[in-house]
Amino acid sequence: MAATEGDQFLKQATGPKTRGLLRVIILVLIAGAAVSSRLFSVIRFESIIHEFDPWFNFRATKYLVANGFYDFWDWFDDRTWHPLGRVTGGTLYPGLMVTSGVIYHFLRFLTLPVDIRNICVLLAPAFSGLTAFATYLLTNEMVSSPSAGLLAAAFMGITPGYISRSVAGSYDNEAIAIFLLVFTFFLWIKAVKLGSMFWGALTALFYGYMVSAWGGYVFITNLLPLHAFVLICMGRYSPRLYVSYTSWYALGTLASMQIPFVGFLPIRSSEHMSALGVFGLIQLVAFVEFVRAQLPSKQFQTLLRALVVLIFVVAVGGLVLLTVGGVIAPWTGRFYSLWDTGYAKIHIPIIASVSEHQPTAWPAFFFDLNLMIFLFPAGVYMCFRTLTDEQVFIVIYSVLASYFAGVMVRLMLTLTPIVCVAAAMAFSQILDTYLDAKTPKVDAKTAENGSSEPAKVAAAAVLSDGLRSTRNPLVGIYSYASRVTVVGFSAIYLLIFVLHCTWVTSNAYSSPSVVLASRLPDGSQHIIDDYREAYYWLRQNTPENAKIMSWWDYGYQIGGMADRPTLVDNNTWNNTHIATVGKAMSSKEEVSYPIMRQHEVDYVLVVFGGLLGYSGDDINKFLWMVRIAEGIWPEEVKERSFFTPRGEYRVDEGATDTMKNSLMYKMSYYNYNSLFPAGQAQDRVRNVRLPSEGPQLNVIDEAFTSENWIIRIYKVKDLDNFGRDHHSAVSFDKGHKKKRAAKRKGPKVLRVE
Amino acid sequence: MAPKNRNPAATQSSTQTVPSTPAAAPKPSSSSTKKPGSGGAYDAQDIVLGIWNKYVEKTPQRVKLLDTFMGFLVVVAVLQFLYCIIVGNFPFNAFLSGFSATVGQFVLTASLRIQTNPENKSEFENISHERAFADFVLGSFLLHFFCVNFIN
Repeated sequence: MAATEGDQFLKQATGPKTRGLLRVIILVLIAGAAVSSRLFSVIRFESIIHEFDPWFNFRATKYLVANGFYDFWDWFDDRTWHPLGRVTGGTLYPGLMVTSGVIYHFLRFLTLPVDIRNICVLLAPAFSGLTAFATYLLTNEMVSSPSAGLLAAAFMGITPGYISRSVAGSYDNEAIAIFLLVFTFFLWIKAVKLGSMFWGALTALFYGYMVSAWGGYVFITNLLPLHAFVLICMGRYSPRLYVSYTSWYALGTLASMQIPFVGFLPIRSSEHMSALGVFGLIQLVAFVEFVRAQLPSKQFQTLLRALVVLIFVVAVGGLVLLTVGGVIAPWTGRFYSLWDTGYAKIHIPIIASVSEHQPTAWPAFFFDLNLMIFLFPAGVYMCFRTLTDEQVFIVIYSVLASYFAGVMVRLMLTLTPIVCVAAAMAFSQILDTYLDAKTPKVDAKTAENGSSEPAKVAAAAVLSDGLRSTRNPLVGIYSYASRVTVVGFSAIYLLIFVLHCTWVTSNAYSSPSVVLASRLPDGSQHIIDDYREAYYWLRQNTPENAKIMSWWDYGYQIGGMADRPTLVDNNTWNNTHIATVGKAMSSKEEVSYPIMRQHEVDYVLVVFGGLLGYSGDDINKFLWMVRIAEGIWPEEVKERSFFTPRGEYRVDEGATDTMKNSLMYKMSYYNYNSLFPAGQAQDRVRNVRLPSEGPQLNVIDEAFTSENWIIRIYKVKDLDNFGRDHHSAVSFDKGHKKKRAAKRKGPKVLRVE
Repeated sequence: MAPKNRNPAATQSSTQTVPSTPAAAPKPSSSSTKKPGSGGAYDAQDIVLGIWNKYVEKTPQRVKLLDTFMGFLVVVAVLQFLYCIIVGNFPFNAFLSGFSATVGQFVLTASLRIQTNPENKSEFENISHERAFADFVLGSFLLHFFCVNFIN
């Protein structure tokens, strides 16, 4: 009641100016909420860069700030992918680094001495505030009700689906890309509505920014043409569409080609061909429309239509031919895996091995979007009812994004904005209907018309097949009771949504994963800081140029935190090199040693969670190493031999010999027995008892093991001074007497006989 | 509101396509004449002439100017393309930026033409001719900035 009265009061007592002010205040508050809900990790832990990729971005940003833009653009990084190196400047999306570099220099200019690390940590929350604002703008273009925009902004600000990639410290491309995505869509809708070159050019500019920031720009590249195409197919071609689409495409494509990593892709690869095709088509359609306007004859018009279809078919055929002929690059593996979820697992294990490329589990939708996932279809349905040009966009976007989000976990991110918009539309419809304090005026009219109207309504209700436009539903609520009930329940749902979002954010998405937290029995928090401990050990105890071999997941972190050259890292551009590391990890010591010598490896780093029960360790990732190595050397590495005859993946007594002899197994469990009473060694991740006899290492020495044994670092031995192989050297050192005794015994026995 | 106006048009045209299939006989001749230009059946010639006359009479001088510019751009683009085919595309950046400069400029000019054409007044109520021209200038600036940057 209070709410409705307040609303009424506002409507009567305030002019548009006050409402505008209120709107600004609400938006600022929403942005504040969006930023502050992302700060859990900073408060719980510290201002630290999270996870893996952000460490590279952070390192690149530091390089940019230290060496300037041109050096950054031409950056050849010889400290990764040893001995190959990486043309980093040409193989990254520079938008993120440049953005934070600009902010850094701007703040310096204002004489605010801010550390670049803090800018990087807080960039994602700051941009989430902007995203909320962009969502507001986008939603406002869709519906007339301004409350929908505010709701959408609030949804976007706190929904876990977006927070998952934008908490403070997750300094990743998505941090700014989602803002750019939503804002580009807003500009596009604006351009289509007004048919203005100005908005089209702005769309192109932000599209270019988006291209420079995230590989997901392909989504825009395909969605906008699809929108235009659908509009044309619906017979809704208009000069406005021509102006907006062509000005976007002509400028946007050129803008995207400025990024070295994208380069000629927009005219060479299949992913971009739809945009080019629709560009051609729209020229054709415009030309035909132009001629048609001049023509009297109807037959000729149909003829022209036939001409369009013909040219279109020929063009598509030509495109297919060019693709088959190899002029245009076919779809890349990642895109195939979007159509065929099994594709990556068979052909490109390196893509399938990334957990965020897995298909989404159903609960994830509810987990990330909560009540919006129910409102989402309602909002899309509402778009169907009116179906203006921009609402067609919502429908297309939601269909496409739902599909992609189902295929790949990380693409939930692209689904989130449209879910927020659609859900806000549905929700605001409910609120607008039920918060309207006036009893409907239609009431009076129907009462006057009396006899005929109710009959019609009844007929329409019975014959539900009646045309939708002829049915004119009476919208309006009569009783206050129903109003209070519905509004009250909506408010409760919203509160639950807020609670859920906060809970998810604080529990699931705010862990830096570089620093782990656990609870002690008394409930206090215990920080497990093994990663940094180990990386700083590397930084301080190894020579500047010591090459570290580890699985690629840790490459960026080693580069960023330990500042040591690595063999492979998360930029998985060279599959063979990764497979080499995989082979070294999964083979016997005698095989691995030459590989490591050839790559000048000084230290090997493994992650082992057995002591702590940390499940993301290398033994659990081990099968992917085997698979990737098998992809290159099917003769030498075989996945089958890591499984027991019964098909189990075991690390205990029953493990296969190949498993037990693999370097990874040995490095993980070396000396692990010494922590436990004899025969009691326990692996807490896999919950098995380990063999009483621990593995022996010959070619490497244990150099460092972190507090909780999560990181173990081994030094690769130099060649033996006496030219022996390492096995005999080690056994010589260890079993000094045993070996000699064996040697003596032999001849002795002979002599006796 | 706009789509509602256009929907009936769409349905009309789709109904038209159905009777047009028997009338496919004149199709090849007229289409072939239309593309090469003059000569051929009287029908086609008449129609082309009719279009031309109507164009000359009814189009404002400014729009004609724009059309000339667009024609010039098409010629330049075709020349570049021919050069690319005959001589080779060695500085591919240069070819691309040159070619896309002409295409982009063509498109922008076409947009300007559409926006300033009095026939389309209803579509672009909010856009005055001055605004359209300002947009055009902005778009061209951006276009040529990108092209120059891309040309290497």
